[in-house]
Amino acid sequence: MSPVPPISPMPAEPAGGTAPAVTGGGSTTAGSPSEPDAPGGPGPAAAPHAKPAPRVGRRAEGVWGWLFVSPMVIVLGLFLVLPTLMALWVSLLDWDGQSNPFSGQADFVGLDNYRDLLTQDGLDRTLFATSLRNNFYYVLLTVPLQTVLALGLALIVNQRMLRGRGALRTTFFFPSVTSSIAVSTIFLFLFQGSGAVNTLLSWIGVKGPNWFTDPRGVLSLLLGGLGIVDPNRPAGVLADHSFMGLSWFEWLSGPSVAMCTIIALSVWTTSGTFMLIFLAALQNIPRELEESAAIEGVNRFEMLRHVTLPALRPVLFLVLTLGTIGTWQVFDQVYVMSQGAPGNTTLTPAFLSYSAAFGDADFGQGAAIAFLLLALILTMTGLQRYALRERTARPGRKR
Amino acid sequence: MVNRTAAAALVTCATLMAATGCSSGFDSGTKTEQDSSSKQHLTVLIASSGDAETKAVKDAAAAYAKESGNTVTVDVAKDINQQLAQSFAGHKPPDAFYVNSDQFANYAKGGSLYPYGDQVKDADDFSEQLRTSFTYDGKLVCLPKDTSTLSLAINTALWKKAGLTDQDYPTTWAQLKTVAAKLTKGKVTGLVTNGEWARLGVFMKEAGGWITDADQTKMTADSTQNAGALTYVQSLLKSGSLKYANQVDTNWGGEALGKGKAAMTIEGNWLTGGMKADYPDVKYTVVPLPEGPSGQGTLAFSQCWGVAQDSAHQAAAVDLVKYLTSSAQQVKNAAAFGVMPSRTSAQAEYAKQNPSAKAWVDASAYAQGPVTIAGFDKVLTQFNTDLAGLATADPKKILADLQRNGEQALAKGE
Repeated sequence: MSPVPPISPMPAEPAGGTAPAVTGGGSTTAGSPSEPDAPGGPGPAAAPHAKPAPRVGRRAEGVWGWLFVSPMVIVLGLFLVLPTLMALWVSLLDWDGQSNPFSGQADFVGLDNYRDLLTQDGLDRTLFATSLRNNFYYVLLTVPLQTVLALGLALIVNQRMLRGRGALRTTFFFPSVTSSIAVSTIFLFLFQGSGAVNTLLSWIGVKGPNWFTDPRGVLSLLLGGLGIVDPNRPAGVLADHSFMGLSWFEWLSGPSVAMCTIIALSVWTTSGTFMLIFLAALQNIPRELEESAAIEGVNRFEMLRHVTLPALRPVLFLVLTLGTIGTWQVFDQVYVMSQGAPGNTTLTPAFLSYSAAFGDADFGQGAAIAFLLLALILTMTGLQRYALRERTARPGRKR
Repeated sequence: MVNRTAAAALVTCATLMAATGCSSGFDSGTKTEQDSSSKQHLTVLIASSGDAETKAVKDAAAAYAKESGNTVTVDVAKDINQQLAQSFAGHKPPDAFYVNSDQFANYAKGGSLYPYGDQVKDADDFSEQLRTSFTYDGKLVCLPKDTSTLSLAINTALWKKAGLTDQDYPTTWAQLKTVAAKLTKGKVTGLVTNGEWARLGVFMKEAGGWITDADQTKMTADSTQNAGALTYVQSLLKSGSLKYANQVDTNWGGEALGKGKAAMTIEGNWLTGGMKADYPDVKYTVVPLPEGPSGQGTLAFSQCWGVAQDSAHQAAAVDLVKYLTSSAQQVKNAAAFGVMPSRTSAQAEYAKQNPSAKAWVDASAYAQGPVTIAGFDKVLTQFNTDLAGLATADPKKILADLQRNGEQALAKGE
């Protein structure tokens, strides 16, 4: 078994986790929720409702069925289920990666790794809480931005009257096919203190920050600007209370300037992929539907609000889910651009898992972080599904 | 449905067992049997700094192969920490390999390194600080392959422009502060260095403090000496005459020195190669770091030649390492890719060949070796993170956090 760092699959790949990751428990989740939850569509559940065939025939059918899917089952079992279970076991050990974790040479410590991360006051918990905070803001900004941008782009290039549609589609999709490592490196140069971005800003009289070395949270800057809190010396309620080793002020300080550049980068790179998904869905909307709406005399906004968006609901769920999973697993941009610096404000759980495992030879804790991340992603996806569920009882839809 | 679930469970179990059975790399725990034949095949894994180093190591290995009758394959790692971790887990490590000082204690604690220090008769020739760093459980585990120390490098053109002469090279903290302020003008900053313990640590040393005690068994981070050192650094930062390399859009002090953004920097002897490659026209001179309240102080860095506990060729691998760390070979390496020998006897020869590197060679007499404690990587990373914000932070709090985090890591490592 080879532990592979959890290089998070770009959200562009719905089938995601190809890497059998010890530390990347998250990657194993990418497979299941990727199927859009088409309500009312013909699912596998439809088969049992059909009139039952004679018993013998069905059994033979089952055997043949298993035979046909066995290659995939074996591949999935060997490279997905098995490593996940192994990693789960490792997360209960104090394992330094230099012995056999399945022979009792590594100490079984029960839930100690999880306890260090969640309840025990110390560096581990502070770092984990910091990484959660950073990633939370990252998800909070990236997912809505990239979805709205992707939808907007898709609506633009879906117009039949638009000239040069093909060229535009290619252009918008281009960032997604470029290697994220290469793009990250280019961004490093663009956002240098004396880089292109700051030069542009200086033309309009704005002195840009030194993006990648600026650990100040943008919310705290905002609060500081309004004179509510002094960001350098926070006092009062916010500084006196803490949760998981971080003060309320630290929780609320928002993404750092450095994190904002990473957010900009990922919005830019992923929106093309999601644009493609939206575009495919838009072209699936029956023309008659739009035409009849047009005859009714709706304007463009009403068309979007009451015809297009409802038709896109399953795809919207898909895009939001893929976006959430992808953003909670962000690793490669952080690895290339900042490695957690400045001031730990770009530290993410995926990167922390990697550095705990390979930097400190604490593979147990690395695996534990990965599983906490997995639990978090599952919860988020569940919440999203609940929020976007088909509300059949809504009166407006019956018209 | 029950049948189907049962079948699925059965298939999963079968796969699990097959996979566990197949993973031959994972069993054992038994001692590896030693190969005693006269012609053995050795594998070596290195993390090379470039083609020059790769070629030098390969040539040396070939020369050894010719002399001993063994064959040697040298592989270059892309990410040596990860590759070694994987090979240790699979019990199929290379016979000899570079060990980074930040990983040394993790490997030694895990029992992956074969301690061969007692087989090296002239081990005393290696500097004592480095031997301490590569000692685990009272045993010298591996030999430092080379070393580097920190000194003060000065851009001579900027120095003259500020009206300073050779007499003005700073020898005390007060003088450093004065010249740094004098040199800071326009786009030039007096002193530029990375905001991390591996550079700023020299001030802790000069103040008479350090992160741990000499045996690395106790944290001594929250001492008044350390607080004094960080307060001094903070005063330089606040005055603007010291800036971190990333504040002036550079990655390290050498780049700042070469681009003329820094008049002085604190760097090691790798600076020579970097300046020659990127800024061949920039003149600079290297002088010892100024003395602090407790005299001279600097830091030394090194990697060591590890021999695998799981190797079947331990004797031959130790033989190879002895050959590669011999005085003659170290002098050759120094000429080939600019590293400083870790043997005191070879350092004299090195100083003769590279008179401009005298400050670095002399510094190894009083340099502090790297911290090698298992699980300490994150503690020092956190310290670096805190040091990056030193300008506005409370030095005492930074040190108190370091003390606490370090004590936790020490407690966990026991």
